[in-house]
Amino acid sequence: MALEKIRAAFGPRFVNAGVAEQNMVGVAAGMAREGLQVIVYSIAPFIYARPFEQIRNNICFEGLPIRLVGNGGGYAYGHMGPTHHALEDCAVMSTLGLRVLVPAFDEDLNEIVKYVSGPTYIRLGSDARSAARTIPTYAPWRQVLDGKNGLLVALGPLAGVALDALTNWEFKKRPAVWAVCELGEGNVPQEFWEKVAGSSIYIIEEHKAEGGIGMQLAYAFLKKGIQPTRFLHRHALGYPFGTYGSQEFHRRQSGLDSESIKKLFLQST
Amino acid sequence: MRSIKKICALLKKVKKRLLKLHFDTNTGHIGGNFSCIDTLIVLHHLVMKSSDRFILSKGHSAAALYLTLWSMGKISEEDLETYAKDNTFFACHPSGAKVPGLLFHTGSLGHGFSLATGLAMAAKHKKINRQIFCLCSDGEWQEGSCWEALAFAVHHKLKNLTILIDENGLQGFNRVSEVISGTDLKERIAAFGACVRRVDGHNLLEIKKGLTPPASGKPLVLILKTLKGHGLHFENLLESHYLPLTETQYNMALKKIDEDLKL
Repeated sequence: MALEKIRAAFGPRFVNAGVAEQNMVGVAAGMAREGLQVIVYSIAPFIYARPFEQIRNNICFEGLPIRLVGNGGGYAYGHMGPTHHALEDCAVMSTLGLRVLVPAFDEDLNEIVKYVSGPTYIRLGSDARSAARTIPTYAPWRQVLDGKNGLLVALGPLAGVALDALTNWEFKKRPAVWAVCELGEGNVPQEFWEKVAGSSIYIIEEHKAEGGIGMQLAYAFLKKGIQPTRFLHRHALGYPFGTYGSQEFHRRQSGLDSESIKKLFLQST
Repeated sequence: MRSIKKICALLKKVKKRLLKLHFDTNTGHIGGNFSCIDTLIVLHHLVMKSSDRFILSKGHSAAALYLTLWSMGKISEEDLETYAKDNTFFACHPSGAKVPGLLFHTGSLGHGFSLATGLAMAAKHKKINRQIFCLCSDGEWQEGSCWEALAFAVHHKLKNLTILIDENGLQGFNRVSEVISGTDLKERIAAFGACVRRVDGHNLLEIKKGLTPPASGKPLVLILKTLKGHGLHFENLLESHYLPLTETQYNMALKKIDEDLKL
């Protein structure tokens, strides 16, 4: 149903903390303070928003190597409604100084789960790529499709959406697609900065504009004196008409679905 | 182990220094420090082993904790002199790597119980014979997280966990009972399944006796009936939560400590 396999594998080390997220994070901090490796899991908003102060005071002030795992980043919980969506999680966790990781593809998790150096937030979503498509080995930032029409930076699973939308396009009409699995500029390869200068850059993220990867990149460009020829940022718009639906519905409203991504490049060629 | 008589002599010295600390730095929260200092001294000098853990969830009593550590020779007079001054490790709520034994930054209420529960869970998991102590305030129990932690600790039968509650009956802006009635704290906590005791929080023998581990295998909650600003001119008054001391009040208080703790 949900976590049965993990519970069976962990045995007594699996603790169901119940519907009490503040206590869950506090207890996790106590355990980590004694040297235990702790992973804390819940639906995304219940792990970053409800126990915000516990994360700040108990985990971050102490720099404890706890991994907070939020399931259902962005609109992934679709019809469950906005209480179950996570649209500002990456910004909020980045502000507190957590390392924010957003795996794009299923196999990325095998690498990401090894990171235990400090406070870490892992935002889980569904791998959107077609089953047959292979991707390069994991890196926090990596090019997953080559192309001549600028650079498309996609946060987490949106890289899979972009891949499916653009792979069959002509090389010169499609952008190079970069899958971004880590916020911040610490692990951006030099190759990326070099390619952006004098190119068009398109950024897509299932996250609010404020504090997301788009704003973080714009700030980095200013600091580094890098000037793209075009800067286009598509991000989660929230609930512009007060209506709710599937993840696909909300992605479409925000211009983050496959068809909207295609149109973006039809217009630019 | 020290005798109660020696602890009385020590308390006299500690209370005078605590008073001077507040007077010199013109800082408040004197009431909460004087309601729990007896407990902190008994706990640290007569009960805790070196491997045990302590969390001051009512972080606004940091000065009382620092004085306790000072009385044990773990904080120097020079360190104490920096209290509430720029560039200090000894802030008015416990923070900073130089505070011996400090495991967490506390001051926001409702955090300590969960943190102590995590430490207790870790000790249980690692099979370490260690007792975890955590001191809360009574007003702090208006925080829902305390009740989350209580339910969790009882469920996991954490007999290595002792929660102390400084029940001085006053909180910011009013009496606790007039803000959100909580005079039946003992009954409420007992209803969750913990072992609960209430003792006179200014009677050193009662405090020590109250901390005897229960045979029930349940977490222990020890409610300490105290007076805010105990022994001072504003004893049991809201003013003791906020106001610093004037020179006259300071000198009066020094005299009173001498009288109260005559050996």
